[in-house]
Amino acid sequence: MPATLLMKKMRSGAETARTMLGFHLRRRGLKTAMRQQEVLPDLPYDYNALEPVISAEIMRLHHQKHHQAYVTGFNKAMEQLNSTSDPQTIVALQSAINFNGGGHVNHAIFWQNLAPPKEGGGEPPEGNLASAIESEFGSLDKLIAKMSTTGAGVQGSGWVWLGLIKDMKRLTVETTANQDPLASKGLIPLLGIDVWEHAYYLQYKNVRPDYLKNVWKVVNWRDVAKRYDSA
Amino acid sequence: MAATATCTSSLFYGPRLLPLSGSRSSPKRRAAWRPQQVVLPMAKFELRTPPYALDALEPHMSKQTLEFHWGKHHRAYIDNLNKQIDGTDLERKNLEELVKFSYNNGNPQACFNNAGQAWNHDFFWSSIYPGGGGKPDGEVLELIERDFGSFEEFTKEFKAAGVSQFGSGWVWLILKDAKLSILKTSNALNPLIWGYIPLTVVDVWEHAYYLDFQNRRPDYLNTFLDKLISWEAVAGRLARAKAFVNLGEPTIPEK
Repeated sequence: MPATLLMKKMRSGAETARTMLGFHLRRRGLKTAMRQQEVLPDLPYDYNALEPVISAEIMRLHHQKHHQAYVTGFNKAMEQLNSTSDPQTIVALQSAINFNGGGHVNHAIFWQNLAPPKEGGGEPPEGNLASAIESEFGSLDKLIAKMSTTGAGVQGSGWVWLGLIKDMKRLTVETTANQDPLASKGLIPLLGIDVWEHAYYLQYKNVRPDYLKNVWKVVNWRDVAKRYDSA
Repeated sequence: MAATATCTSSLFYGPRLLPLSGSRSSPKRRAAWRPQQVVLPMAKFELRTPPYALDALEPHMSKQTLEFHWGKHHRAYIDNLNKQIDGTDLERKNLEELVKFSYNNGNPQACFNNAGQAWNHDFFWSSIYPGGGGKPDGEVLELIERDFGSFEEFTKEFKAAGVSQFGSGWVWLILKDAKLSILKTSNALNPLIWGYIPLTVVDVWEHAYYLDFQNRRPDYLNTFLDKLISWEAVAGRLARAKAFVNLGEPTIPEK
């Protein structure tokens, strides 16, 4: 257990060095020359906190390997972008920036969207979000059923989202492919469920519908409501 | 082909003419012929077993992976495809025809995903073999060296394609315009739809390697090239391809 806490709280020396370097450069007025690098955000709970719905093994790999890889890849692509002015190179970097940046953005939201049951995971939403869900979908159960069916139908890798059409303040269920962020569809992301195979395979294997049936037990509706209210 | 009770018959390749009314045809009647109606067989697709036991690729690809990847994922593509084409004309097509037809030039029909994945997985199981991996020889090696510079260059490019295929997909060695080339496709797409000739493939959907390698796709790709790929299969496919493609210099006939 102590080792887990250490893993969770410690930032790697290399990352600290980079941000410290950025701090020093900014002090010396060289802010424009150095862009703050992205950093892997900590999980708001232990790796085993979402058991038995999502195993500690999956959470550890998902956070420390997959999400970290998106952060690292994004920083690397941005570094290359900032060190070139050749249009061809800039264009060629876009897919790496989009993919890794999208992965970073999506997963940062995802970790907040989940919570262990003792911290509110699975508890139905209240307030404005609850009324909005009822008026748009009829009931929370109907929304859950819709998102589960839609998520199961995603071909290949992607996400299923509860999103907000901002100007109409309307809720909608939408999917994105690969690591495209929901913003690419002009919507505000409230709740995202990762349906890439890495999100569930070690536990649920090919049975994505079982993962989607169970994940609702750890959805942190309070976080979703917060995003809805502040949108 | 014997007619079957269930299906509707269809005209086949321009009419083969038969006498209008039975065998008794007078000279006058002989002038009127009806097209022979040939019935194309309708059949479901079947899940073919790989050409090796499910544990034969251990330790490079575990039995558990085969049991899920072939036994669940591939089986589901076949079962769902059969459900989608049940009772329709699509049942008359073989799998390769169905893939190309349902791709519909970029506006895929509903059954394309299942058809493509069924074909891709069939091709994948035949592209690996126990004791596989290593370097090819003969004409395959010659062509690789001709079109990639060296075998090492080829492996470098192949692995780079594998790790840069964002999301689910496949990495192929193909014959395109009489030259070897590496192609990566996403989800269910394959080279057939663009008229290229596939020679080998590696599945980079996460379900292909997650149980054995978790997130370590580069390690999986190394193992594929070092221990799994069947260069014999590539040689066989190349030989077949030569029936359709001239791989050497074009010979311009005299006069």
